[in-house]
Amino acid sequence: MDWVRSVQANTSAIERRCASLPGRRSVKKAHQAAWLLKAISMIDLTTLSGDDTAGRVRRLVAKAAQPVRPDLLDQLGMTGLTTGAVCVYHEMIEPARATMDQLGVTLPIAAVSTGFPAGLSPFHLRVEEIRESVKAGATEIDIVISRRHVLTGNWQALYDEMRTFRDACGDAHVKAILATGELGSLRNVARASLVCMMAGADFIKTSTGKESVNATLPVSLVMIRAIRDYFDRTGYRVGYKPAGGFSKAKDAITYLALIKEELGNDWLSPHLFRFGASSLLGDIERQLEHHLTGHYSAGYRHPIG
Amino acid sequence: MTIKEIFETMDYGLAPESATEAQSWIAANAPFGLYIDGKMTKAGDTFATNNPAHGTELAQVTQASPDDVERAVTAARKAQPKWAALPGHKRAQYLYALARLVQKHARLFAVLETMDNGKPIRESRDIDIPLVARHFYYHAGMAQLQDAELPDREALGVCGQIIPWNFPLLMLAWKIAPAIAMGNTVVLKPAEFTSLTALAFAQICNEAGLPKGVVNIVTGDGRVGEAIVNHEDIDKIAFTGSTEVGRLIRRATAGSGKSLTLELGGKSPYIVFDDADIDSAIEGLVDAIWFNQGQVCCAGSRLLVQEGIADRFYAKLKTRMSHLRIGDPMDKSIDVGAVIDPSQLATVTKMVEAGRHDGVVYHAPCAMPENGCYYPPTLITNMSPAATLMQEEIFGPVLVATTFRTPAEAIEVANNTRYGLAATLWTENVNLALDIAPKLVAGVVWVNGTNMFDAAAGFGGVRESGFGREGGWEGLMAYTKPRGKSKTLKPIAPVVAPKDAKVDALDRTAKFYVGGKQARPDSGYSQAIWSPKGALLGHVGIANRKDIRNAVEAATGATGWTKATAHLRAQILYYIGENLSARAAEFAGRIDAMTGGNGGKKEVEAAISRLFTYAAWADKYDGAAKPVPMRGVALAMHEAVGVIGGFCPDEAPLLGLISLMAPAIAMGNRVVLVASEAYPLAATDFYQILDTSDLPAGVVNIVTGPHADLASPMAGHLNVDAVWAHSGADISALVERESAGNLKRTWVNNAQSRDWTASESKEFLMHATEVKTVWVPYGE
Repeated sequence: MDWVRSVQANTSAIERRCASLPGRRSVKKAHQAAWLLKAISMIDLTTLSGDDTAGRVRRLVAKAAQPVRPDLLDQLGMTGLTTGAVCVYHEMIEPARATMDQLGVTLPIAAVSTGFPAGLSPFHLRVEEIRESVKAGATEIDIVISRRHVLTGNWQALYDEMRTFRDACGDAHVKAILATGELGSLRNVARASLVCMMAGADFIKTSTGKESVNATLPVSLVMIRAIRDYFDRTGYRVGYKPAGGFSKAKDAITYLALIKEELGNDWLSPHLFRFGASSLLGDIERQLEHHLTGHYSAGYRHPIG
Repeated sequence: MTIKEIFETMDYGLAPESATEAQSWIAANAPFGLYIDGKMTKAGDTFATNNPAHGTELAQVTQASPDDVERAVTAARKAQPKWAALPGHKRAQYLYALARLVQKHARLFAVLETMDNGKPIRESRDIDIPLVARHFYYHAGMAQLQDAELPDREALGVCGQIIPWNFPLLMLAWKIAPAIAMGNTVVLKPAEFTSLTALAFAQICNEAGLPKGVVNIVTGDGRVGEAIVNHEDIDKIAFTGSTEVGRLIRRATAGSGKSLTLELGGKSPYIVFDDADIDSAIEGLVDAIWFNQGQVCCAGSRLLVQEGIADRFYAKLKTRMSHLRIGDPMDKSIDVGAVIDPSQLATVTKMVEAGRHDGVVYHAPCAMPENGCYYPPTLITNMSPAATLMQEEIFGPVLVATTFRTPAEAIEVANNTRYGLAATLWTENVNLALDIAPKLVAGVVWVNGTNMFDAAAGFGGVRESGFGREGGWEGLMAYTKPRGKSKTLKPIAPVVAPKDAKVDALDRTAKFYVGGKQARPDSGYSQAIWSPKGALLGHVGIANRKDIRNAVEAATGATGWTKATAHLRAQILYYIGENLSARAAEFAGRIDAMTGGNGGKKEVEAAISRLFTYAAWADKYDGAAKPVPMRGVALAMHEAVGVIGGFCPDEAPLLGLISLMAPAIAMGNRVVLVASEAYPLAATDFYQILDTSDLPAGVVNIVTGPHADLASPMAGHLNVDAVWAHSGADISALVERESAGNLKRTWVNNAQSRDWTASESKEFLMHATEVKTVWVPYGE
């Protein structure tokens, strides 16, 4: 806990680093196309709405399995590319699984859990929810932490909670959603990141998508620096998932450059990095077509999910 | 590589900025002539300007001849009165137009700069050129406000400006914008390695319709600079460059009456305390020492890390260094570009080679370009302050590092340098930051950040990093002077011994006042002081260099005064006034006896008033919080200069001394005053007043003796920070020349008289202080 308490995060310095990064790294032409394809392979294609239905989730899964028009993928030499996973509520795990069976593809299914998004339902139910989702076929569980433990500096309670969630996940990967927009400071983000990693999180993730502020570059920088520190001291590689807050292909490139600069190429893999996004894919598809044709593309030329 | 392969390697690939437009611009304009009197001349004798990234020639540029410099100065002189006479608003319009034109041609300037200098296009595009535009905008505002806000000051005249190659257009902007805003005209010489953006700037001067002769640009090597420095019809020299050349310029201009500002080298400390955000501090180092290949006068080149975190810090730093990308500066994803010239590369290489055994050398394992002028980012740890590379400016991408144990030790190590340009400190503790910042000997301090610049914030050094500020209101002091004409000083000779001496009083021995005690002259010689009526008034000691040494020693030790509260200093000044008032009649009588006049009473009254004036100012000469364009503040803090040597005037033996002493000690300086040579007894009487006024020992030291003899030991003393020569003796040139040793600040009268009854202007406070700019970005 001394380690946790000694962690510092200087907001303005972190913001300056993030503000200058897009100007420091520029990825063009074939490299840009390759990087965007890499981004697709890291997307957790997501629907987390109150009005989700089996039909809506079927479309999502189909898009995840074929994220880019097959003719474009062929030309790019990347046939068979899929997104990293799909991300849904518990009730939608079954329809997602069924669609994959029907399409003959296997993608990880991530389920948000533990009273998502606020995480304030009875604790034993939150733990039980994880078990149910794993039983239903989710291979990745996105849990939400109790923000109040962070805001009151009760790091032990946060650790215990995360530890319990981790155990409940069994073999499923667990991503810890910090809800960074509600943690008050970047220092808290850094400390919460460390505690969750110590308690066994496979990934740390920024946000639920339901907070007023979702993933930002400064928050990302703080979290991936925590990941780097954790790796330096323990040898464990923890993954990172920014969620919400970006929708443009250029944003994706900036994020990947940030990861490459701060964590290195090892993390440029779906095993260690995911984008939690719903509309990002559409912009990337248009950029890829532009790369192939030299002409700016239109949204309707690409199938929706 | 196929997309699939890149998908696996995730390399950046190339992202080159196009050189096409810049090349066409060069082709259309080369070979380049000079910009004189609003026109580009035909190219004369030319030399090549090269692209250091590839070693290729970019263009031929003219080596200005002495005649060319003459023509440029003549044009500037001719244009100046009319330019200065324009309403501020009119000049503001021109500066505004220049700012807009810089923005309109931003990419051309950026690409030219990168091609000519070798700095990454990211830097010229995102930092240099935007700061150039900002500087012209800001000073357009200064021109607009000049009439209202600076009614007591006026332009200096013709300014000769000599700038370096590391920030070619930015340094041009820092020089030209304030100069022409205030109504000066300029003759500017860009560095011989990097003339192109200055020549492009000449074009936009015409596009802006700037009256001819206001800006003149002459290119060439050091000979052109020399011609400017030595030109008799130039009123001011502004130089940015090496300390070595700065010293030469100081000597060359000594006694010429030219104003001078110097922005010189540095070996700026970069201090990391153990509670810092370490990752951010490391990222800051990238901007400190690998920005512009480390060719930055204020580069954080001396890393001081608190011992407990040093190993971890170095390990993380090395990892960060391994991610630096070095290569073609035109590539948008390059962090470190080319060093300016093979000669500079050789210098850096040689210095590191010579000093490598003082520490442990680590070169970043970056892929290095095969050709061109590149040096790898380098870290040398385990250094001690005694290592040459910890003291000498390398001016390359080489960081030297050592450790410290306590904040006090950090300050000690940080200040163990002849330079004093900038300093950086990292801590999350606001108490520590605000305690350390004022203690660092530097003109600029960055807290939790580095290399932040803005036109509103003063930039410049102390010690051998030069003097004068660029930016902000304080920067305008370098391009204006008090209004009004001065008269030539009429020297006053000491009264010669009469044939028939009248000696009727008890013998009184005036001594020196050193370290709060009376001291006999080291020489053992004294001189009689006679009244014009032939009465012996007393004897005064004849000081020599050892008396100066002792007095400076005492002043140096009296550091408590500088740390004392302004309120306390004010109280003591008032108390001095009170005690002088109690003996007013005696002092008046003494003045009248020495001068043979009857103005003694008035002079004493004025002296008491002056003490009150600076007692009042002691806690009212406020600094400023500058609205720099970021979330944070840049605090402009007035700090004491340090130890000031003062040569007192003869016209007002008591008032003159107090006019020098009071502002100096009010601002926290300690002084060594050499009393009026003709009428020294007012000063020696005065130390009795000091003795009874609770003034700590060593704050004011008074010696007597011939100014011409004492000017050299005082101005040459390396522990004196400033010399004010208001002497009746002709010592201005000597003081300025001797000051070059440690580049102390000088304020000399150039044999011009001053009305001491009316000398209460802020000018005195300005000379008694340095502006330190402390940048404090904040945010949670």
